[in-house]
Amino acid sequence: MASVTKLLRPVARAAKVSRPLRPAFSKPAAPQIRCLSSTAPRREIDISEIPPTPITHLSETEALMADSVSKFAQDAILPKVRDMDEAEAMDPTVVEQLFEQGLMSVEIPEEYGGAGMNFTSAIVAIEELARVDPSVSVMVDVHNTLVNTAILKWGSEALKKKYLPKLATNTVGSFCLSEPVSGSDAFALATKATRTENGYKINGGKMWITNSMEADFFIVFANLDPAKKYKGITAFIMEKGTPGFSIAKKEKKLGIKASSTCVINFDDVEIPKENLLGNEFEGYKYAIGLLNEGRIGIAAQMTGLALGAFENAAGYVWNDRKQFGKLIGEFQGMQHQMAQAWTEIQAARALVFNAARKKEAGEDFVMDAAMAKLYASQVAGRVSSQAVEWMGGMGFVREGLAEKYFRDSKIGAIYEGTSNIQLTTIAKHLQKTYTK
Amino acid sequence: MSGLRILVPIKRVVDYAVKPRVNRAQTAVETASVKHSMNPFDELSIEEAVRLRERKVPVSEIVAFSAGPPKAQDILRTAMAMGADRGIHVQLAEKEELEPLGVAKLLQKVVEKEKSDLVILGKQSIDDDAGQTGQMLAGLLGWSQATQASQVKIEGDSVTVTREVDGGVETLKAKLPMVITTDLRLNEPRYASLPNIMKAKKKPLEKKTLKDFEVDITNRLKTLKVTEPPARKGGVKVEDVDGMIAKLKELGAL
Ligand SMILES: Cc1cc2nc3c(=O)[nH]c(=O)nc-3n(C[C@H](O)[C@H](O)[C@H](O)COP(=O)(O)OP(=O)(O)OC[C@H]3O[C@@H](n4cnc5c(N)ncnc54)[C@H](O)[C@@H]3O)c2cc1C
Repeated sequence: MASVTKLLRPVARAAKVSRPLRPAFSKPAAPQIRCLSSTAPRREIDISEIPPTPITHLSETEALMADSVSKFAQDAILPKVRDMDEAEAMDPTVVEQLFEQGLMSVEIPEEYGGAGMNFTSAIVAIEELARVDPSVSVMVDVHNTLVNTAILKWGSEALKKKYLPKLATNTVGSFCLSEPVSGSDAFALATKATRTENGYKINGGKMWITNSMEADFFIVFANLDPAKKYKGITAFIMEKGTPGFSIAKKEKKLGIKASSTCVINFDDVEIPKENLLGNEFEGYKYAIGLLNEGRIGIAAQMTGLALGAFENAAGYVWNDRKQFGKLIGEFQGMQHQMAQAWTEIQAARALVFNAARKKEAGEDFVMDAAMAKLYASQVAGRVSSQAVEWMGGMGFVREGLAEKYFRDSKIGAIYEGTSNIQLTTIAKHLQKTYTK
Repeated sequence: MSGLRILVPIKRVVDYAVKPRVNRAQTAVETASVKHSMNPFDELSIEEAVRLRERKVPVSEIVAFSAGPPKAQDILRTAMAMGADRGIHVQLAEKEELEPLGVAKLLQKVVEKEKSDLVILGKQSIDDDAGQTGQMLAGLLGWSQATQASQVKIEGDSVTVTREVDGGVETLKAKLPMVITTDLRLNEPRYASLPNIMKAKKKPLEKKTLKDFEVDITNRLKTLKVTEPPARKGGVKVEDVDGMIAKLKELGAL
């Protein structure tokens, strides 16, 4: 314990906080763990003097957009959710509307045709969309938190000018890291890049790439110098239609069926040197940074999903279904389960919003993001499963959406780092804090 | 003509999707921690004003106005995100309620001050369902009025309003200035897009109080009691058309 206080003392001094700091709520000793945020904090002010507010409070703008997105999702997306799931395809008009609403450019500045909003706004939008359709939500999530952010942060001015207006108005983006040989062990990727006279040549392939059917813009991670191991990884921009680029297969999935997931091949794909993203050999840093914050997006997708599943079932048990002469939601056995589920959803949301706010404040949020994603996906899995049971036969049939939320929930424990990988991240931070 | 100066009065009400509940004391509908939003008919009014401008009718300004509690600011921002140019908020205390005549008198002052030449209001607000404000305002101003519009066309200072009436449509023609109230079929209000929400942040929102207007808004009505409608009794199923006719006869309905 003595060493913990020793570790925390400089932080307490630096932040001028008079309240005693407890390990669970304090920043880990500052410079030791790098804050791998890929976007600059919006608030460069010292937040230690701001009176704390409830974590669920939204700014006026965030609240307004939550409302607007929720309405849009209810009216424009909900009627299509079942059909898109059955067809295992995203309706192109939905994609068009997402662009129209500015949902594909949440953080892109106005000068590039975006909405110019903050990170938490993106999180709010992802959650609201997932309440209605987790497939639409992940499209928006990947496009905003991984693709747009990568260009905003590391794109040259020329790349920004060329691509951000498109990404804001009509071009869907994909993030290509995983490969058949590299999932959890992402940096073991085998796709190779070689220098050419005018740029680079890419060979290899990717697996499980979200949005790849709809996307025209791909951020591809490839190793430019395998001798350097993961430090050879470099990020490139690739357009669909470049010779040698092909989609080999569209996966059939358990859930989020309307979101496309494909295998992609690169066969001598030549790309100009302007399409290098950032610097050579820094791709692995970019990937870590992006996934650290992207994880908060997935966590929000999961809390949105849990809310959607809960609300869907709550509507049924408290209004429609009677057994033994009573609404089934009046039985205490049901009520206690639902109260428990709601509590867990709100606990998960607190983790999600706290992680988002910490990122925005420029604090280290890596462990918070990992906890948020881990817990939110667990809660989503549990609640959506129970929600099916609460609705009985009506929950099991494909007429309603209960069974779909259940199927969709599983992905939360897999992509952008499996639950085990989140646990590993959390444990690493803990061990660092508690090693004497 | 320099372009229309449109005033759109809007009201913050209990959200249309929320089931209203009467409070314990039976004096009003429960409003504490209940979701509120813009009166749906007022969304149509804002949308119509914005569409007039988009249809190249010369519009110099669209002003959204609301008298309501501090939170009414939210719906004014929404109105601005949908396309209104600025907002005026007359702040009322949390429980303070204006009656239609009071609102109409207040609006009359606003119209005079803003030199509005077209006022578009919802035909009713879904909380009180009084459906009087627009008509009273037109009376006070001595302007033409067209209520429950399902279509609005403006050419020069001539306004053509179509309204759905029993058995068909009625077309009214009048000259500006005038008061129009909106009905459901007029348009489909847009969702505020994210970039427009950000733009709305920068649009001016003027804060006022009732004192600034010097109107007599003393309430004239007294609410005696608010009760929920009686629960509907379950119906009966009939076998066929003959069964239905027999049943209707039995009930004295035929
Ligand atoms: C629908 C979908 C969409 C996707 N979208 C994208 C995308 O857009 N871009 C992209 O790059 N990738 C994407 N992915 C890939 C995704 O990120 C990976 O599937 C994920 O990282 C897991 O890798 P894996 O599938 O190879 O599983 P594996 O790594 O093989 O893991 C299998 C199991 O082993 C466990 N495990 C592995 N290593 C360890 C360890 N060290 N300690 C303890 N347990 C361990 C895992 O937790 C898991 O339970 C997507 C995947 C899916 C299914």
